[in-house]
Parts: sequence; C-alpha cells; structure tokens
Amino acid sequence: MTEAYVPAFEMRQITKRFPGVVANNAVDFSAARGEIHALLGENGAGKSTLMNVLCGLYRQDEGEIFINGKPVEFHSPGDAIAAGVGMVHQHFMLVPVQSVAENVILGLRGVSFVLNTADIEAEVKRIGEQYGLPVDPRAKIWQLSVGEQQRVEIIKMLYRGAQILILDEPTAVLTPQETELFFRTLNEMKADGKTIVFISHKLDEVLAIADRITVLRNGGWVATVPAAGMTKPELASLMVGREVLFDIERPERKTGAPRLVLDGIGALDNKALPALRDLTLSVRSGEIVGVAGVAGNGQRELAEVICGLRPLTAGRMTVGDAAITDAPPIVMIEAGIAYVPEDRSATGSAPNLSVAENLALKSYRHTPVGGRFFIDRRAMRTRAQELIQRFDIATPSPETPSRKLSGGNLQKVILAREISSNPQVIIASYPTRGLDIGATENVRNILMEQRNNGAAILLISEDLDEVFVLSDRIAVLYEGEIVGEVPGNRADRETVGLMMAGSKPQEPGVAPAASEESRS
Amino acid sequence: MSAQSAPQSRPKTQIRIERRAEQPRWLSILSPFILIAAALVVGALLLRMAGADPWALYARMARVAYGDRYGWSDTTIKATPLILAGLGVSIAFRMRLWNIGAEGQLFMGAFLATGVAIRWLSPETPMVIMLTVMAVAGFIGGAFWGLIPGVLKAKLNVNEIITTLMLNYVAAMWVNYFVYGPWSQRGFGLTPQFPANAWLPRLTDFSEQVPAFRGITAHFGIVLAIVLALILAVVWQRTRWGFAIRIMGDNPRAARYAGINLPRNIMLVMALSGGFAGLAGMSEVAGVVHRLQERFSPGYGFTAIIIAWLAKLNPIAIIVVSYLFGGLLVGADEIQPAGIAQLLQGVILFVVVGGEMMLRYQVRIER
Repeated sequence: MTEAYVPAFEMRQITKRFPGVVANNAVDFSAARGEIHALLGENGAGKSTLMNVLCGLYRQDEGEIFINGKPVEFHSPGDAIAAGVGMVHQHFMLVPVQSVAENVILGLRGVSFVLNTADIEAEVKRIGEQYGLPVDPRAKIWQLSVGEQQRVEIIKMLYRGAQILILDEPTAVLTPQETELFFRTLNEMKADGKTIVFISHKLDEVLAIADRITVLRNGGWVATVPAAGMTKPELASLMVGREVLFDIERPERKTGAPRLVLDGIGALDNKALPALRDLTLSVRSGEIVGVAGVAGNGQRELAEVICGLRPLTAGRMTVGDAAITDAPPIVMIEAGIAYVPEDRSATGSAPNLSVAENLALKSYRHTPVGGRFFIDRRAMRTRAQELIQRFDIATPSPETPSRKLSGGNLQKVILAREISSNPQVIIASYPTRGLDIGATENVRNILMEQRNNGAAILLISEDLDEVFVLSDRIAVLYEGEIVGEVPGNRADRETVGLMMAGSKPQEPGVAPAASEESRS
Repeated sequence: MSAQSAPQSRPKTQIRIERRAEQPRWLSILSPFILIAAALVVGALLLRMAGADPWALYARMARVAYGDRYGWSDTTIKATPLILAGLGVSIAFRMRLWNIGAEGQLFMGAFLATGVAIRWLSPETPMVIMLTVMAVAGFIGGAFWGLIPGVLKAKLNVNEIITTLMLNYVAAMWVNYFVYGPWSQRGFGLTPQFPANAWLPRLTDFSEQVPAFRGITAHFGIVLAIVLALILAVVWQRTRWGFAIRIMGDNPRAARYAGINLPRNIMLVMALSGGFAGLAGMSEVAGVVHRLQERFSPGYGFTAIIIAWLAKLNPIAIIVVSYLFGGLLVGADEIQPAGIAQLLQGVILFVVVGGEMMLRYQVRIER
C-alpha cells in the first residue's frame, strides 16, 4: 500500500457483544475507494453484525470507525448514510404497493412536501443507466422480480449518495445469468470509485469478483488476503478452520421402482394464479432428482402439493403403489412422504417448543411416544436423545426451545425428524440454504445416505452447485413447468442455467421432460 | 455530515432498555404477585386522592375476604365462576384464539341450565339427574356460543375477537328477553326460583352431619372447577391432543405441516372454551342465585380474561389467581362507593398488561 493510502472506511478493533455472545471480537476491517472487498465467513461468524455496526444499525461496544480517515460515530442508519455508507440487506425493505421512485425517496430528509415526481423518476432512471441497473421508475414494487427489487435497493443507496455500499449476500436470489449481469454492475460502480463490501459465503463468487477478501470466524478476524492467487480450498479452510472436501461420494446405484409419480399436475399460488401447469415428474427409489430453477417458479407450490398442503387443480399423484390425489397432509405423512420445508422456522418447527417436542412433531401419534390418547414424555425424551446423538445436533439439552438453535442445527432437527420416520419419499426444499460449509456438508451427506438406503428424494434448490453435486437427474422448473430433464452426470451448467431462464433445451442428449434414462 | 462533528471519545453514560433474552423462572412465577402488588399501590394512590386511607382499607378488605371461614366461603363462591370461565378462556388462548366472549358464553350456559331447571324437566326429577342434565345443558349453551365464532374463524377466517365480543351483547339481550318475557316472574328481570332439586349442594346443607359447615354457603361448583383444572393440566402435559394444541398455538403453519387439522381444532377449541364458560354460568345460577336474572354476573367472563392472562394459561395457577380476584370482589363489597372495586380491577388490568411487557425488558446502564 502506498503512503498516501487513506481507506474509504476503516473499522479498528470492533467488538460487539450480545447477551451471552461476543458477535465481533476486536475485528479490523477496511477497504479502499474503487475496491470490491468480500467479507467471508460461515453463519454466525459475525459478518452481518460487523456490517450492521458500519451502517449504523448497531453500536459497537468497543473500537472505532473512520470514514476517509476521520473518526465517526453513528447513532442510526441515517447518520451512516449521511456519511456515505449504505447497506442493502438480505431481506429487502421496500413497500410493495408503492412505485420504484417512491420507494427510492422513502424516508429521505429534505424532500419537498409536494413531490417532484418527474425529477425523481428521471434521476432514478439515470442512476439505473449509469450502473447497468435497468428498472422502470414507475413500476410498483410488487410487479418486480426479486432481482429487480434488489436493483431498486441499490439505486436507493446510490440516490442517497452512498460511496460505500454494503451488500449482504446479494446473489442468493439471482440466477447464474443475473449474477453475471450483477457482477458487471459491481465493476461499473468500482470503476466509478465506489467502495463495495460484498458479504457472501459462496467461494466461487468471491473469487470471481473481489479484489481482497477478509475472512471472519467465530466473531474474530482470521485473515485479509488478495483474491488473486487464492483457491477455493484455501479459502474454505480459512473459513472453517479445517480442510473441506467439496465433492460428495455418489456411488453408482441401481434405481428401483418409482416411488413418487406426478402426472399432469396443476396448482394455484397464493394469489390464485396458476403456479404449476401440467407438471409431470417421477422419482424412483434410490435416486435424487434435483429440481433446478429460479425461486418463484413454482418450487414452493410443487413441494406443498406433494405434501398435501396445497390443493391440486389438475392431474394425478401416486405414492408407492397407492394413488393418492389431493389428500390432506396427514394422509401424505402416513403414506411415507417426508418434507424438509424451505423455511425452517416458519413452517418446519415450532420455535418455543423444545427440541424434543420438535423432533416428535409428527411421530407423537405413534408408539413409542404416543398412545391412543396419551403421550409418553419419557419416551419422547429418550428418542430425542437418540436422534440428537445420531444426527450430531448441538443443543444444550433436549428441553431447549428450538428457536435457540443455530440454523444448521435446526435443520438437523428437521432432517432427523423427517428421516427417522423411514420415509419412502423425501422432499427437500433448499435444504442447505443459509447453512455454513460444515452444516451443508453434513446435510448433503445425510441426504446421500438416504438415497443409498433406497429413499426417493426430490431435491428442490436454486443452488446449482448443490443440484449438480447431489442429483442423479436434474429437472428444470420454469414458470410451473418442467422445461427439461438432464441426467446428472451429463449436465452442464450453461445449459441448465439457460433452461432456468426459460429456454427449451436444444442440445442432443438432453431430452425434454422425459426420463427414459434410468429404467433398470 | 452531523455524524462526524459529534464529539468523540467522551465516555457517555447511557441507560438502555433491552429485551430480556430469557425470562428467569422465578420472575415468571412471581410476576402475577408482583403485578397485583403494583396495581394495589397504584390503586392506593387513587384511593388517597379520593380521601380514603388506602392501607387501612386494604387491610379491612383482606380481613373480610380471607379473615375467617365465612370470608373464605364467600371468596370461594366468587372464585368458582372465575376459575371455570378462566379455564375456558385459557383453552382458547393456548391456541392463540382470542376468545373474549366468555361473558356471553356464561350467559348462554346459564340460560340453557335454567331452561332445564324450570321448564324442560319436572321439578320432581332426582337431584343427581337434574344437576347433571343442567351441567350438560350449561356446557352446550356456552359451547354453542363459542362454536359460532369458531366456525366463522375456521371456515371464513373471520376475526374471532370481534365476533366473540359482539356475541356478548347478543347473549345478554337474549337472557333479558327471557327474564322479562316468557320466563319472567311477574315482569321483573328474573325467573322464578329453581326447585330445590336444581340447587347445587352447599356445605351448609350438610351442617347436620358436620356442624362446622353451618353458614358456609360455598357450593359444589368449586369441586367441579378444581377437578376440571386438574384434568386440563393433565391434558396439556400428557395427552396427544394437548400436545397438538401446543403446536398449533406456537406455530399454526408447523401444525398444518405436521398433519394437524387446523379448522377442525379451531372449532373444537372454541366450543370447549365456550363450554367451560357455560359451566360457570350454570354453576352460578344453580349454586348461588338459584334463578336466572338480568345481570347475574358482575363481569366474571371479562375478569376471567385477566385471570387467564395473569396465570399464564396454567390451569393450577388459574385457581390461585381466581382466589385473589374473588377476594378482591368480596372485600370490595365492604367499600363505599361500590365503584371502587371495579376501579381497582381496571387498574389491575392496566398494570398487568403494561407490566407484563415491562417484565420482559430489563434496564441496563452502560458506561
């Protein structure tokens, strides 16, 4: 670094404590103008806390922050944005019924009482064009895709004159193609002299876009390294503190009879619009079928239909040998369908109930936990202890409320519950979303083990890596239809990515929505 | 950039109010007592402003309510409907169904029980049969009144707070119609007295066998209330259905996901909740008033809401808290003007709701 170097921002020895946890422990972090600096770490490593301190949401207990070399003290996000620091959170903070332009100026001080809409819209458009963030300033937020909403959030910050942009896992909601475009935008902003902090735990992306990388682990600073010359395994071991294997062993296995057959399924979404159209798919015993697709193309509806949580409008369904169409959830559970839902805490668990009770959320109806009328608390506890041990769930005790578990451990609770029922079929929706490397490895191994034991697994994910690593077959879901199927070992990322964006497959070897491959 | 000009490095003392990560167990057990004590202190201020000597007044109220066995008897009489209605309310609250219609359900229970006593069964019916049928009728009356909002909630997602609240007035008017109209005794707002076989046995009725019971008018309803509280405690802790209700109360989506039939259980719980309040109404007319009359309940169904809340929906705690409120009602009979008791109740509700919130936070002083 040259002697004239003044970082755009510098955080020195930041410590932030929450009751019972030290979220950041004497962390140093800084970035220069025109730099993309990735902040890398597992869940709970303290990335978001550190950035919430920088953007004024939290106040550090110890340490100092400098902007352009001057000490600052932020008491609110307003102070931070006045100093040029803006953060785009993982969960967008937009008002759905208002227009893009209205959202951009929302909460801004110094806006005239009568809005000069035309000027604001023009400025929004100009910023959008300058940085490659195309969005119609008059569109209502609810009409926009998730990717477009993200653009609005970024424009919001740029409109406020942010020089330092903090992006919290921005690519989690984007398709591979959208991600590429998004990276171009980041480079535009970088060329314009902005400072970008890119929070992520996706190693490929970090290596592709960042200039420097800072790794946090357990709330502490581990390393700050230039991205050039780093490799994935090196970064991963910095993050996790040990070596990580990326590939999972997928032994060749003869697939058995179809366990789950969907034939011409149709269903509506929550707004009563068609979400699934004439969808046909089958999953055999001993295979993992990956459903790739951008979020919002019918994934949730597909999973819910199979689990009896959403009515069918058309089609037939077979589970095992039995035709079960449009039955309530209890029938699907008893038929041997296990479901790992995409929202662990909102659907998959009861947060104030104990770990033991959450493990018995379905099995309380059967021995040993449940009798005709009563439940046996002792059996519930014993069973919980077994599962906690078998699935290596880190919990202080079986009586701990499940909301106190980390995301990875809560996911293990859900997997343990679902798998311990010896299901015929497992529907796994985004099973590793938001989990760190260690937990992800764990969850994938569990799924693979179930496949090897003969379960039929439908894996719904937008993480292509995951789909590629685990799946025997890949089906691509676009606007409620399966637009094509690819055998897992012959799939390439480009083709699947294009199909996710809606183009039908043309290449040889890729059969549109057919599954002749695995007949044995 | 105002942030940069802010003075740096001068250590500032800050008082911060933070949410407690976890309510300690002792606090959650003690909180009803702390809150009632706080309410009494606030009430004392008001009484002082009214020119009374609050501490002497409280002491006298306590003596009247808990000072001797007659006091305990009177307090028990007041506590009985409070326990039953409080249990009823707590059933719905467990599932986060905000049934605030216990008062109306209590009236409908009393209404059907009265019908049995004075119209539908002969006065010669043996006591056991008479009272059993009255209890069943009382339960059904309340259950029906709870089921209406339950069905609306389950089938059409109609807000149960509004419907249960409004049905309170309907029930009161319905009873008024009967006590002034078809069942009226000479046009006054009351029915004829029940036949003796329709009276819940009182302790004083056994004074020939046990002389100590002479004058103790507490009736059999308290036994029913306590037995039902014990049964509920077992249901919540030990039964499959109780577990299912806990799941539904904590996260309805998880419950649906776990294969629990939500609409059916909403209806069932609302009916059960109303049924308990209906039993409170039956026990009141059969045990105390011995007839149906206009405004026979001084708002038991509303007080029950406070009780259920203070008791944190725990059936056993509901018994204890009901005795506290029963004592307040008995003691307040000693105070003039009579509005003071209601004022105290209002203050308690206010302090309880506000204080419950405050106990969830802690004050921390930083640097």
